[in-house]
Amino acid sequence: MNDFFKRFTNALDTPLTLQSRLFVFLAALVLIPTFIVPLWHMTFVAQQYPEGLNLYVYSHDLVGGDGGNDLTEINVLNHYIGMAELKPEDFSELKWIPLVIGILGVLTLRAAAIGDLRAVLDVIVGSLYFGVFSMWTFYYKLSYYGTNLDPRASVEVEPFMPPMFGYKLVGQFDVWSYPALGSYLFLVFGALLIAAVFFTWRTIRSGVSGSGEKS
Amino acid sequence: MKTQGIPRLVVLGFICVLVWTLSGCAPDPPGRSGRGARGAGSGSDVTDAALATYVPPGDLDEYYLFYSGGHSGQIFVSGIPSMRHIATIPVFTPYPGTGYGFDDETREMLGGYTWGDSHHPGFSETNGEYDGRWLFINDNANGRMARIDLRDFKTKQILKIPNISANHGSSFVTPNSEYVTMATRMSVPFPEGTYADVTEYGTKYKGIVAGIAIDPDDGNMTLAWEILAPPFNYDLGDAGKGPSDGFMFWTCYNSEREFIEGGKLEVTASQKDKDYILAIDWRAAEKAVADGKAKMIGGAPVLDPLDAPGIAYFMPLAKSPHGVDVSSDGQWIIGSGKLSPTTTVYNIDKIKKAIADEDFEETIDGIPVLTYTSVREAEVPVGLGPLHTQFDGRGYAYTSLFVESAVAKWKLPPYDDPSNMEQYVVDKIPVAYNIGHLVSAEGDSMSPDGNYLVALNKLSKGRHISVGPSIPESAQLIDISGDKMKLLYDAFTEPEPHYAVTIKADKINAIEVYPKEESDNPNAIWTAEEARVERRGNTVEVWMLAVRSFFAPDVIRVNKGDTVIVHVTNIEQTRDELHGFAINDYNINVVIDPGETKTVTFKADKSGVFAFYCTNFCSALHQEMQGYLLVKD
Repeated sequence: MNDFFKRFTNALDTPLTLQSRLFVFLAALVLIPTFIVPLWHMTFVAQQYPEGLNLYVYSHDLVGGDGGNDLTEINVLNHYIGMAELKPEDFSELKWIPLVIGILGVLTLRAAAIGDLRAVLDVIVGSLYFGVFSMWTFYYKLSYYGTNLDPRASVEVEPFMPPMFGYKLVGQFDVWSYPALGSYLFLVFGALLIAAVFFTWRTIRSGVSGSGEKS
Repeated sequence: MKTQGIPRLVVLGFICVLVWTLSGCAPDPPGRSGRGARGAGSGSDVTDAALATYVPPGDLDEYYLFYSGGHSGQIFVSGIPSMRHIATIPVFTPYPGTGYGFDDETREMLGGYTWGDSHHPGFSETNGEYDGRWLFINDNANGRMARIDLRDFKTKQILKIPNISANHGSSFVTPNSEYVTMATRMSVPFPEGTYADVTEYGTKYKGIVAGIAIDPDDGNMTLAWEILAPPFNYDLGDAGKGPSDGFMFWTCYNSEREFIEGGKLEVTASQKDKDYILAIDWRAAEKAVADGKAKMIGGAPVLDPLDAPGIAYFMPLAKSPHGVDVSSDGQWIIGSGKLSPTTTVYNIDKIKKAIADEDFEETIDGIPVLTYTSVREAEVPVGLGPLHTQFDGRGYAYTSLFVESAVAKWKLPPYDDPSNMEQYVVDKIPVAYNIGHLVSAEGDSMSPDGNYLVALNKLSKGRHISVGPSIPESAQLIDISGDKMKLLYDAFTEPEPHYAVTIKADKINAIEVYPKEESDNPNAIWTAEEARVERRGNTVEVWMLAVRSFFAPDVIRVNKGDTVIVHVTNIEQTRDELHGFAINDYNINVVIDPGETKTVTFKADKSGVFAFYCTNFCSALHQEMQGYLLVKD
């Protein structure tokens, strides 16, 4: 057991293969579009909204479909049940998420430059934490808005949890909520990093690489 | 007594039998016999017609049909082939349904009139094709012309020009929307406002035809020129296109040029065998104005053909004509004398040649009359009471026959065998009843679609469930895609379409919300924080917003005698979320479309408390959308 940890710790200094470095570099590039494409997409369809209302969550903004009007419409409808108005400026996430993505990007470039497994694993662990925390904050905000309804609202509804992933019937609306392109890019980002680790790890296992210890 | 009693009984019995027999023989009152038995006798197959006109729920029509509303002063919008009425566009008449004529802007546009007589809608054109930008409509009653923007289906301008009396020969648009026409139907003393007895009709009264210039960018209409014409009644018109581009044509009646008191114009105006088509060379008129030949009379630049030769010509036509219509290719000018059984086809090449050769019969008030036989191509025996002609783009013309209650389909020139003109009238379909105008799909453009024709009938008696004596008009959809015309559908409209125009639905790109970012109204507000009431002396100004389901502010406090100005913005950007703003007992009902700001100014001349509320149903809590105007004594 102790042997395994020693080997693991020693392996952390393993230089990345060229292929792995390229993967890490590509992972950094993949983060760039996440600033400009939505991370999450919610669609609200009802009989009188046959074309649906769309809400897009960006790393830095909440944007309604139909040139932004759908967000206004969602807020107009929500005011009847006493839900607080969805205002981008009320979401601190929209400020720190772009910052964190930027930091992750810089760390990823750093890992590509330093080129050892340790740096890559740092990025992976940090990203995992970021991902889980972001999901939690997203879940928390959805439940916060869905359950903190003004008791003086004209239409009384049971507090509810809007769907985070998948389908749910909310009032007269069929609501679908799914990750959008930005989230998939994060998966690609993670996959590239894991692939980078894997390819370098594989060379250690087969003992052919120029690992620091053996050379 | 007994001997007399029996014959009496016999006579009584005989009468009973007679009445019974006659009542049995008499046709059933309309509406009580079977549906099939009441068809127009056109051979129209019920199933085919049903399939051809049925637009399933949620599906869209293929064409827009814009009817003039006649003396209702409006335009009715329907779809083809369903013939469903979709919307009413108020033009010359206030219309509470859309709040038209209640806010300051539209009230000012109406200019104090509460009605108009809309007659002949005309689309803006580019290269002789409908471009879907604007719709023009004339007011036959008050010498006006209106422009509707097809971006939002709203009346944007009403132009009143001097000297015109009863603007009937209108709204005919030139192929690149250079001009839309206006013309006097009922001549009056000239210039406008002059007093002269009807005994001086022939000399003091004048007709006017006018060119209204259209701004190519924004459609704004301005009076370009008026042309002085003899005191005839200028009736219908059309603009030349293709080879006839540069001409405008109007029919005219009462070339007897008299109005004899008690003499009945219907008699006195039908004495001569021929009346005329007036042809205006509008490029020559433009040049004459540029050359300074127009005089400012009654506030209008007026050209007198005596001073400006070469701008106007008459062409003789069978008496009391109604329609003059230019064929799709611009080659043939078709004039219909409503008391004649024939319609006359003129050839634009012959017209131009007669003008060049000065081949004139006579000259009336400086206007040469072209020799009839020199300009006429043919007389086509279409039937009784020809009024108006449309085209299918395949070489056929369709003429409405008022007296005969029918539409005649006939071939346009050339004719191989002019000695037997009957053979060129290839089909006829009865209509119900007494057709005035007709309109084919994009029928005034240079490329009609040749599939649909709508007969605009003056009488509809008995073809609908009864609504009392104020009987609606009828419009019948006819399939003209085959050799034989087929009746498809009966529709009914409020009073009273005179003409209608159709346009392919995809040529119109209408907005359904006024985009917030395009709002340039300085009094628009978009947040409740901006909503306010301000007092300046005796004027109280309110900046209000309307949104589901409240007004902000919802209380307005004023003193009796104050002038109140309310600017209300509907901040919605969702289609069909209209709000109304009505003040009870103050005769105010404004309707604000999403993204629109309207202003209404009124005097608080009644003290008390008056509720205001949203008139246009908006939401589940629409009933709660209200506020109060408090007027302190």
